[in-house]
Amino acid sequence: MFLINCPYCGERDQSEFVSGGEAHIARPKQPTELNDDQWAEYLFMRKNIKGIQFERWNHAHGCRKWFNVARDTSNDKIEKIYKMGEQPPKL
Amino acid sequence: MKNKYSIFSLIKNAFSNHENWQRAWRDPEPKKEYDAVIVGGGGHGLATAYYLAKKHNLTNIAVVEKGWIGGGNTGRNTTIIRSNYLWDASAGLYDHALKIWEGLSQELNYNVMFSQRGVMNLAHNLQDVRDLKRRTHANRLNGIDAVWLETDEVKKFCPIINTSQDIRYPVLGGTLQKRAGTARHDAVAWGYARGADEMGVDIIQNCEVKGIKRSGDTVEGLETTKGFIKTKKIGVVAAGHSSVIANMAGLKLPLESKPLQALVSEPVKPIIDTVVMSNAVHAYVSQSDKGELVIGAGTDSYVSYTQKGSFNIVEETLKAILELYPIFSRMKMLRQWGGIVDICPDASPIISKTSIKGLYFNCGWGTGGFKATPGSGDLFAHTIANDEPHKLNAAFNINRFVSGDLVDEHGAAAVAH
Repeated sequence: MFLINCPYCGERDQSEFVSGGEAHIARPKQPTELNDDQWAEYLFMRKNIKGIQFERWNHAHGCRKWFNVARDTSNDKIEKIYKMGEQPPKL
Repeated sequence: MKNKYSIFSLIKNAFSNHENWQRAWRDPEPKKEYDAVIVGGGGHGLATAYYLAKKHNLTNIAVVEKGWIGGGNTGRNTTIIRSNYLWDASAGLYDHALKIWEGLSQELNYNVMFSQRGVMNLAHNLQDVRDLKRRTHANRLNGIDAVWLETDEVKKFCPIINTSQDIRYPVLGGTLQKRAGTARHDAVAWGYARGADEMGVDIIQNCEVKGIKRSGDTVEGLETTKGFIKTKKIGVVAAGHSSVIANMAGLKLPLESKPLQALVSEPVKPIIDTVVMSNAVHAYVSQSDKGELVIGAGTDSYVSYTQKGSFNIVEETLKAILELYPIFSRMKMLRQWGGIVDICPDASPIISKTSIKGLYFNCGWGTGGFKATPGSGDLFAHTIANDEPHKLNAAFNINRFVSGDLVDEHGAAAVAH
């Protein structure tokens, strides 16, 4: 249980948000040219890091906007919140 | 040779105030080299070691455990055992486990308190009714006992359920698997540990894996907090921490680790003599032999390794429990805890070889691994010993995420998370 500082609405309870999983997984530019291994990597394989993980969150019960979060999954502490399209911070 | 547990040994030890019981397993220091090492001393890991020794004569093996045995998800689940899964592959896997459960206490000479009190799954809307009926038919085609119950039969089987049609999610019927039930989770870990130890397996606690050494595509051994252990075969059964171990070997798994919560109430007299699960409102409840209600909640939506979950998840579950069982409204909850469950995209496990020779993974059991403990251990032992899967776990290989041959039990399993 933790608070998330939505870049558009401010600090709210985590229960207002939905996790969108790992961030910065680029959608394939040429889907028809991918082989099965590459598709598996894109669709299913996840880093699932214990430590600082970059992930997408959606303020589902608020402004409904997406943004990125750098969060330590070993203690749920949020290190940094940054907008979609921005590069992950160096932590 | 270990003394056999029996009524006579109980009486004999009573005369010495139970102070002379033999130690159930040793506490050895790791040897320099083993034929195989199992990473993770939970139920699945200990069962794997037990069957490797018993069925495949591999006795120069070790189980390394970061904490104490059975202290992870084995000690944190709600102890429900059932095999009423939709797909043939799952039915084969889980019913294999259920059949071993039926004789496990005798086999291990350890009372795992397996109680076939039945598991009932409720339907709350028309789609639930269709899905559950379909699953019942699929189960019966696979030789698994399952019956459909109408609302009045649900009420008769478990009288404390509120079957009023005026509630938000009325009970429209349910399915029942009578061979299903519960077991004592700690006893499963201890029973397998005692059995494995007797055959010479070293169970090494407080020994955390820090790295996997490989030469090219072959494993050479494990770096641990108790030094380097040389071995040609490593079986990883690390549940929520599977991705962390995989990362040490340079592998990526299709897993996300999330907190799953459970809670128990204060102990009361017997009130519910079965297990009732409800997928749609996400509430399931049974009663332990101590009298506590054992309640399972859902997973959080985010990845976390904290072994605790969000309060709103517990709140939702208790709301649903109270609507279905108004009789529990004055009851106090005593304890709440979380475990980290490793969830596959298709909600089915991975019991598989990997692209690295000598490295095997048994993971992805998600929210429902306890029920499979004996079967999982048996099949994983077979996979490690033969370097080939058993036909019952062939479908649960890691390559299914490349081939697309998924075993999708997300909606089909009796409870969704």
